[in-house]
Amino acid sequence: MFFRNLFFIVLVLGGAATLVANLIPPKHGFKPTPTNPEVFQKNDFLETVYRVNASFEQTWLKNKIQPAVDADDLTIARRLALGLMGTIPSLEEIRQFESRPQGERLTWWIDHVLQDRRFADYLAERFARVFVGTEDGPFILFRRRKFSSWLSDQITKNVPYDQIVREVISTEGIWTENPATNFITVTAQKDKSNQPDPVRLAGRITRAFLGIRLDCAQCHDHPFAPWKQSDFESFSAFFGQTHVGFRGVYDGAGEYTIDDKRKNIKRTITPKVSYAPHLLPEEGALRARLSTWVTHQENTYFSQAAVNRVWAILCGQPLVSPVDNLETEALVPPALKILAEDFASHGHDIARLIRIIATTKSYRMQSLSDNDDSVNAEKLWAQFPLGRLRPEQVAGSILQASSVSTIDAESHILTRLARFGDQNDFVKRYGDSSDDEFDNRGGTIPQRLVMMNGKLVSEKTKGGPFSATTRINWLAPSEVKSIEAVFLTALTRRPTAEESDFFEQNLKNPEVSKGQQIQDLFWALINSTEFSWNH
Amino acid sequence: MEPLGRRPFLKTTAMLAGSSWLTPVGQWLARAADGDAPGALPSKKSAQAVIVLWLQGGPSQLETFDPHADSTIAGGTTKIATAVKGIYLASGFERLAEEMGSVSLIRSMISKEGDHERGSYNLKTGFRPDPTVVHPSLGAVACHELSIGKAEIPRHVSILSSQWPARGGFLGDKYDAFQMTDPAGPVPDAQAHVDSNREKSRLKSLGIVEQTFEKGRSKRVEETQHKNTTNAALKMMTSEQLKAFNVSLEPQSVQDLYGNTAFGRGCLAARRLVESGVRCVEVTLNGWDTHANNHQFCKTNLKTLDPAFSGLIRDLRQRNMLDKTLVLCMGEFGRTPSINPAGGRDHWPSGFSIALAGGGIHGGRVIGETDPEGKAEVKNPVRVPDLHATVFDALGIDYDKLNQTPIGRTVKFSEGKPVRELLDA
Repeated sequence: MFFRNLFFIVLVLGGAATLVANLIPPKHGFKPTPTNPEVFQKNDFLETVYRVNASFEQTWLKNKIQPAVDADDLTIARRLALGLMGTIPSLEEIRQFESRPQGERLTWWIDHVLQDRRFADYLAERFARVFVGTEDGPFILFRRRKFSSWLSDQITKNVPYDQIVREVISTEGIWTENPATNFITVTAQKDKSNQPDPVRLAGRITRAFLGIRLDCAQCHDHPFAPWKQSDFESFSAFFGQTHVGFRGVYDGAGEYTIDDKRKNIKRTITPKVSYAPHLLPEEGALRARLSTWVTHQENTYFSQAAVNRVWAILCGQPLVSPVDNLETEALVPPALKILAEDFASHGHDIARLIRIIATTKSYRMQSLSDNDDSVNAEKLWAQFPLGRLRPEQVAGSILQASSVSTIDAESHILTRLARFGDQNDFVKRYGDSSDDEFDNRGGTIPQRLVMMNGKLVSEKTKGGPFSATTRINWLAPSEVKSIEAVFLTALTRRPTAEESDFFEQNLKNPEVSKGQQIQDLFWALINSTEFSWNH
Repeated sequence: MEPLGRRPFLKTTAMLAGSSWLTPVGQWLARAADGDAPGALPSKKSAQAVIVLWLQGGPSQLETFDPHADSTIAGGTTKIATAVKGIYLASGFERLAEEMGSVSLIRSMISKEGDHERGSYNLKTGFRPDPTVVHPSLGAVACHELSIGKAEIPRHVSILSSQWPARGGFLGDKYDAFQMTDPAGPVPDAQAHVDSNREKSRLKSLGIVEQTFEKGRSKRVEETQHKNTTNAALKMMTSEQLKAFNVSLEPQSVQDLYGNTAFGRGCLAARRLVESGVRCVEVTLNGWDTHANNHQFCKTNLKTLDPAFSGLIRDLRQRNMLDKTLVLCMGEFGRTPSINPAGGRDHWPSGFSIALAGGGIHGGRVIGETDPEGKAEVKNPVRVPDLHATVFDALGIDYDKLNQTPIGRTVKFSEGKPVRELLDA
């Protein structure tokens, strides 16, 4: 009996100690994530960063734009968390971050994030939206979850991007064992005994991997680019021998024929690429040859499209807009070319690309300026752009803001389940703007309604035993400290002097309980522009 | 203001007065109350609202408004007589046929856009997609040009929105349609969880944080629409007009008139919203992209469209609202006269049909005709901008006026000419 009591007391004390540890800055550091700061110091790394910065600086000079000053470390840490993990840093992570020596914090944080499973999962989901779309696809033949967790595994292992894409385009086999094949099966046509659709595949590959809209030439010659209708047909013909059978996706025989509806005849189409034919291997299965051509180091569209997308995922805006439209050479800024060259010549290393982008001057600038010529400054990357967060980023942020410790993939399975349910319902209500991922339009009324009155926010700000509201209320040593903790938890910054004064007065109001005041402060911060827009 | 609207209005204003950052909406409300809103008040003769029944996917003209029953291109589609002698509709439109005296058809619509996204843009805005400017949709223009009136809810609404809902374009995102799903019940999340005192204090706190964030970013923060949409949401939450969204408040007989479908409920909500002062409602019926089994799909779709469209016209007429409400039924293009091997029809922008009713449009008229063999060019073609000019003319909107776009280009609301036969006596 005595031991059981003792055990209980120890458990309670241990629990309390953990709670306190999360709130109060540590005296001695946490177990640090292993990092390799020397990567950031290598000559060819620094040179690329320097060249990108210089190319922007030239544009600013030419347009007489004063670039914004550097943002503080916490602001950048928040950007990185949102862009790479779809959520904000936890109070626990902020304490770890600040325990690092100044000057090392951001490189440590970038590497910390890159090693976090949430990063691989989130980037995989962003890629999957582009590779296979957002819809459920054909029943049984298509397993979206398998595909995105396979992608996530590849990202965790830092498999080169070109290799990932080659597998996506050319893998044979069954969709459950070789999840890359879901790229093919998502286009299975029910009315044509589940054969994959060459037209959709060709459209997807050119848009997602090359940033060109060859599919506009599906019905007519392209209005702005040199593509002809026949280019699209010959490109589609690379999938003329791809079939779906009992053993999954395989390459067989056969020719690609299409019905010419105008002339009412069947035409046979020979596979052909629309440019750079010398990069296409002569031997091998059609799909494998095409995948080599698409990902070839000299196929600049491939590396530029990847860089443009990764830049957009990190910054909220692509360098060239729309993100899948790189056809007009004159609109491709030098920075994109420099980054793409670096990406192609360093083995299409996604982690390296992210480290470089996150080190550039443009990424580390403030999203505000004195002269408020912000629209133009944003366009030329002389100021970090305000970007509307995607629904799942907002959901992830609300969930993280409701807890002082980190909610991540290693959390208890129940937390994860709760997270999925909450997130899906919220995402539906909040509204996905459309397939166009970076249109950056204004917010909507339904979004405000769901944030002000919706279930997720009201439940998460309510005081449960593990909620941030309760823990901060109980454990923060003073009013000022609890206000600071709420600001750090929800907005990843400390309150300004005015804010601190204002909310301290609020907390001292004897008519309203401290718990309710903290809850209402959370509500206000979560409903702010600052919370729903990346800055 | 109506007696019903006054209390919530005062309540909102009082609540907003507590927080200084909300002043623009205060001014806006005051202006609305004075009737001194921007844009002209609609003249007595003009229509005051427009309801767009959007047939997403490109409806086949042959199985809807332009049957050629005796020709080979019909592929078996039959026609029915209507209340107007000499005008025939495809079978399936039995109830709409009874309302033909109020409905007119344009059977000679032509455009150059055969892609869903581009075609939708074209029909919704009256312009072809242009990389340098985003044009406003019809409803956005109506909201911009007509007075705010008595509406406390969003004046531009899209029900069951497709992938490309109506947008504000260069007029600004605040003219984007308010999107909602099946209006079978109350608007979700429109009820505050806390009492008004606590709400007031929360909003005051929000105002403090907003001030910090606006420093050095005022212009961009304004463009996020965050403040505008917060204000509009707060105004909605306390408005009696919120009930306009909820069709379950209608008598069962009225609900039945529209057919018991999500689209039917959308049309009924559209009527209720227009009654509350909403300027434009877009209701989408998906499922018209009939590349295979065209006839079967069209037949199913008509079972939904026929009662909803005809019920809307009848209901508006019974309430004396038909003269002031223009109903427009259209999709992004038509479908080929020839039938493909899968029994489908493919995209066809060179000769398709749309229907109009109410809002000062003369009923029982047909503009243009298509070739019964599907070969010759259409007679008396109507271009998409002409359709838009016709609708704007009916709404009393000066579509010829030059507008500045954000990049300084001048653009008219429509480059077309109204179809006079539909407007004149």
